[in-house]
Amino acid sequence: MDIRAHVSMVFHLDKCIGCHTCSIACKNIWTDRKGTEYMWWNNVETKPGTGYPTLWEDQDKYKGGWERGKNEKIHLRLHNRLGGLTNLFYNPYLPTIDDYYEPWTYDYENLFNAPEGDDQPTARAISMITGKPMDNIEAGPNWDDDLGGSPLYARNDVNLDELSEGEREQLNEIERVVFFYLPRICNHCLNPGCVAACPAGAIYKRGEDGIVLISQEKCRAWRMCISGCPYKKTYYNWASGKSEKCILCYPRLESGQPPACFHSCVGRIRYLGVLLYDADKIVNCASVPEQDLVAAQRDLIQDPFDPQVIQSARANGVPDAMITAAQNSPVYKFVKKWQIALPLHPDFRTVPMLYYVPPMLPVLAKMENGNYDIAGLDKENLPAMLSSLEKARMPIKYMASMFSAGNVKIVEEVYRKLIAVRIFKRAQKVKDYQPAEVEAALAQGKTNAEEVEAIFRLTSLPTYEERFVVPPLGREISIEALERPLDRKQATGFGIRSQTPKREF
Amino acid sequence: MFDSALFIGFPYVSVVIAVVVSIYRYRTEPFTYSSQSSELLENRKLFFGSVPWHYGIIIILLAHLIPFLFPGLWGMITADQTRLYIMELIGLSFALMATIGLVILILRRLTNVRARTVTSIPDWLLLFFLLLQVGLGFWVAYYYRWGSDWFLHIAVPWLMSLVTLQPDISSVIALPDLVKFHFINGFIVILLLPFTRLVHLLTFPFTYIWRRNQIVIWNRRGR
Repeated sequence: MDIRAHVSMVFHLDKCIGCHTCSIACKNIWTDRKGTEYMWWNNVETKPGTGYPTLWEDQDKYKGGWERGKNEKIHLRLHNRLGGLTNLFYNPYLPTIDDYYEPWTYDYENLFNAPEGDDQPTARAISMITGKPMDNIEAGPNWDDDLGGSPLYARNDVNLDELSEGEREQLNEIERVVFFYLPRICNHCLNPGCVAACPAGAIYKRGEDGIVLISQEKCRAWRMCISGCPYKKTYYNWASGKSEKCILCYPRLESGQPPACFHSCVGRIRYLGVLLYDADKIVNCASVPEQDLVAAQRDLIQDPFDPQVIQSARANGVPDAMITAAQNSPVYKFVKKWQIALPLHPDFRTVPMLYYVPPMLPVLAKMENGNYDIAGLDKENLPAMLSSLEKARMPIKYMASMFSAGNVKIVEEVYRKLIAVRIFKRAQKVKDYQPAEVEAALAQGKTNAEEVEAIFRLTSLPTYEERFVVPPLGREISIEALERPLDRKQATGFGIRSQTPKREF
Repeated sequence: MFDSALFIGFPYVSVVIAVVVSIYRYRTEPFTYSSQSSELLENRKLFFGSVPWHYGIIIILLAHLIPFLFPGLWGMITADQTRLYIMELIGLSFALMATIGLVILILRRLTNVRARTVTSIPDWLLLFFLLLQVGLGFWVAYYYRWGSDWFLHIAVPWLMSLVTLQPDISSVIALPDLVKFHFINGFIVILLLPFTRLVHLLTFPFTYIWRRNQIVIWNRRGR
């Protein structure tokens, strides 16, 4: 047993309204520099859709993540060690800027300075890479937002591969069109592909909190991390020649604040807390057969109240405050206690530490005789807002492809519990369910009244402090082991140089 | 006197500057110690340029280095006429590969607007001297045949005399100007190494072959 602490995350997709406030908060703080204009460390994509960069989930194309070999061991899909070195001069699986989009601004000055003429002056689009006008903009941030261009984008979603032709066609019927939002940041994986793929060894995981970072001084622009990460959450800064990625706002975390995207989330879908996990189990967890991946990952996470776990954590130097934070962690509740939050694409085998509560499937509405027939309203006498899982508008297989490596049973269990919460609370407030129906729903969801109330409370009414249990990271204390704090006193705590910049004139 | 300056003075100066500045830059500017990739901005032409260029030039550099490090072995290989033919053929084809690759890379930076915006003046300078060097080398190899043999008896003694600090240029002063130019330009490229993106040559990540998959950094001592 090798217990370590990890600052982990839950995104509750039912609450995401797709407003992109998180993306903007992140962009304004971290990626408005030259060379990073195209980067969205936090992005929100519409599902079904091909995402950002286009088709990032297609690992036949990008070779991200790990693969389970015939010997039941995992290896990087991208390359073996020697192969990695021979591909340094040209990485065959690197997305180009056009797979993201070419960033641009507008020539606003022309609106003011254009000479008088017969026509209104226009602000032409100017490429932020070349500085030249762009006459034909073919992609941009959230180009396929809200199913825009869905015949091209949504139809090519990799997760639809498992669906039958009929099911796929249904999704395109106008009355049945359905989508949800998927906000994504770096998953700060336990078995990150980017770290393993970096030839220079510039990417590392912080032992104390699990944040994955790229050392800008060690990065040598071999750009294997971008291919190695199956989520495409490392980006290449074309101006500085370095890879960059989400840093989980560690400067904010270290001063007790949640990351900017968490803090600014309008729908309050984001939860942050500590998980205690057994580092000895990581490799095994990433190597089990596909259908067992989620179970193995749940097994990896340890009970923060278990005295043995606490003892082992202490022996590893995990501070008591961190253990307390783990005990109060909303992430622990969603992922391990209630088991309603799932990792995104566990089939990539990087053991991501960002979990998603899948969205409740929207009601099935079909036009009949000129009226919308809300699923089963007449026929089955069920309240309109709840469709049964069997009649789900978004096929459950699609969700399983995203959140449980194709294991439909796991996703079903999650949904049964979520439906139980809905029915229980609806019976309480609206009183249009019979007690027997509520009991049946609870039994189907393998839950009870107490748990349902707790899930409801943390889902709908959590306070700021309940959503974000930021542990004291104690960076100022641990840094003393490496550096003398007084050396930096009165120096400019700014930039990446080891020396304080000086004025020359 | 002029020959001494060119074939004794300049090599020493360029190597000393290259070593000192490389170390200095590594210590003070680790951030800049790499070759700034432009693959994100343009990847098709890069493939046809970068791959032949790198594999070509690596083989050619090895063919310059091995006779110097293992002169006996190299002498044995080139002693037989058939083997000499094969060596020349291999050498010429890799030199051609490198030259074509480099020309494609230069054209790419000239014609692709995106690639051009991330090309600095030192980059152009380096490309110029590299093209000059492989061009000269190719020319020398073609017009002064059997270089894989005479290199061993003419250039290696001179280089060895420089390394052992007993400079002796008697074997090189009688050479044709073209060959001399190739030698001197070689040291110009060495001189450029620490001042350009060529430093990436020193950062080739051999350690990747044996390092662990995951890297975890702790702040505490003793982990």
